[in-house]
Amino acid sequence: MVAMLKIRNLDAGYGNLRVLKNISLHVKTGEIVAMIGANGAGKTTLLHTIAGLIRPMRGEVMFLDQVNSRIPVGRIVASGCALVPEGRQVFAPMSVEENLLLGGFILQKERGRAAVLRELEHQYELFPILRERWRQLAGTLSGGEQQMLAMGRALMSRPRLVMMDEPSTGLAPLIVRDIFQLIGRLRAEGNTVLLIEQNAKAALKIADRGYVLEVGKVILQGAAADLLANADVQRAYLGREKIA
Amino acid sequence: MVPRRFSSAFRMNFDLFFQYLVAGITYGSIYAIVAIGFNIIYNATGIINFAQGEFVMLGGMIAISLLEHLPLGYAIAAAVLVTMGIGAVIEILFIRWLKSPSVLQMIIITIGISILLRESALHIWGESIRSLPYFYGNEITTFTLGSVHVSPQVVWVIAACTVMMGGLSAFFKSMPIGREMRACAANRTAASLCGINIRNMVTLSFMLSAGIGALAGCVMSPMTYTQYDSGTSLAIKGFTVAILGGLGNSLAAVAAGILLGIVEAFSVSLVPLAFQDAIAIAILLLILFVRPHGIFGSSEMAHLQDF
Repeated sequence: MVAMLKIRNLDAGYGNLRVLKNISLHVKTGEIVAMIGANGAGKTTLLHTIAGLIRPMRGEVMFLDQVNSRIPVGRIVASGCALVPEGRQVFAPMSVEENLLLGGFILQKERGRAAVLRELEHQYELFPILRERWRQLAGTLSGGEQQMLAMGRALMSRPRLVMMDEPSTGLAPLIVRDIFQLIGRLRAEGNTVLLIEQNAKAALKIADRGYVLEVGKVILQGAAADLLANADVQRAYLGREKIA
Repeated sequence: MVPRRFSSAFRMNFDLFFQYLVAGITYGSIYAIVAIGFNIIYNATGIINFAQGEFVMLGGMIAISLLEHLPLGYAIAAAVLVTMGIGAVIEILFIRWLKSPSVLQMIIITIGISILLRESALHIWGESIRSLPYFYGNEITTFTLGSVHVSPQVVWVIAACTVMMGGLSAFFKSMPIGREMRACAANRTAASLCGINIRNMVTLSFMLSAGIGALAGCVMSPMTYTQYDSGTSLAIKGFTVAILGGLGNSLAAVAAGILLGIVEAFSVSLVPLAFQDAIAIAILLLILFVRPHGIFGSSEMAHLQDF
């Protein structure tokens, strides 16, 4: 399969601070790729660089054979690369439906209003709770509902690649299970997913492949099942120590 | 039975009361429009545009100049469009290329813009005091409402402000582009992740503020006159109102605007007219000391704002 996203020798950060050092990775069409790592490892910085919110210092981000680092965020979204940001970032003072319609901004521009309404209907089928709450202000939703809204909003642009930043943070375990089920369903619908998680176990369970990020460097990569079984990963991220 | 003398005294007071009230609402709705201009830009960018009062002055001045060539209605419409264009040019020249400016930088830049506009106006129009003609009748035309005499221009001002507020509320609630502007105000990162071009939204917010400021400047010009520096005091009043209502909250700005207008109008019966402008400043200081998040704002929200 073709690599949808290719990152080569990427350095990125803020101001003088180099957070990511020489990162190379790829995501193939139809895969779920998990990126695990502790707080401050640079996971969010990586997603922000791919989405075009920050510009790389060195190296490049290739998405579907276009160089993301040279085009504005809007064009990156339009090319099918969507980010569900950390902490949901819903438009709190606006209704659920308005949030979703805003997610359809690019679709509206390219395909018109009818396409947006079809896609809205599709999101309501995927997340029935959002249909129930369509008039409610997004800020009044529960954490799990806000996460679903953030996902629905990103999916409104009909992306090819969905990047998710810590979707399970701050959610009750039962809700986390629902969210991961939904991620599995996204793949079944033909989406490609790049997932960033501190909940390494849950992420690696649904992923095909994984990367382990530590202080801005990829220290380990491989099939998700292998990473789950890896002693170092278990010790560092799964909270399990094998006593020999 | 009420003695006749007492009744007539009461009646006169009531007429005076009503007269003050009408004056208060008239000026108050203008303050509200200026405050909404502040709020639109504040919501889109997080900055206070201290050149807001200059937009009001420019609207009036340009309409007065255009009146030599165009009928009144067209002159006003053209003045609003030209001022919107000036707003856009200002944003593109001074604001757009800044990379994550600090609040202090922005304040200094907008104050600079206001001085620039004021001095350009002085250069173009001189120091003379001008005004548009009354839209209907002249300065002594009045109609009676009960026992009170009201100038038709008052009706124009209140009607124009009401239409502007209604139009803006419809724009922000139902039009996609209004929704996109609100999204930028609510969460800029998320808005850009939806593909919305934030810079264009900021330009649009300057155009919108300039446009409503200019229209307010036109309808008030017959009553208050327009001079190159008439924007300054309006900006202070509008800023007071915006703070009084809670920055960014346009509905509260309307209430706060009318409140300030009425307080000013009634103050004439207690303190000399010369002190009228001091009232707004006194209120501004009081509110900044006591309730910096405004009467209608919540203190939790104020903590989240940079300003």
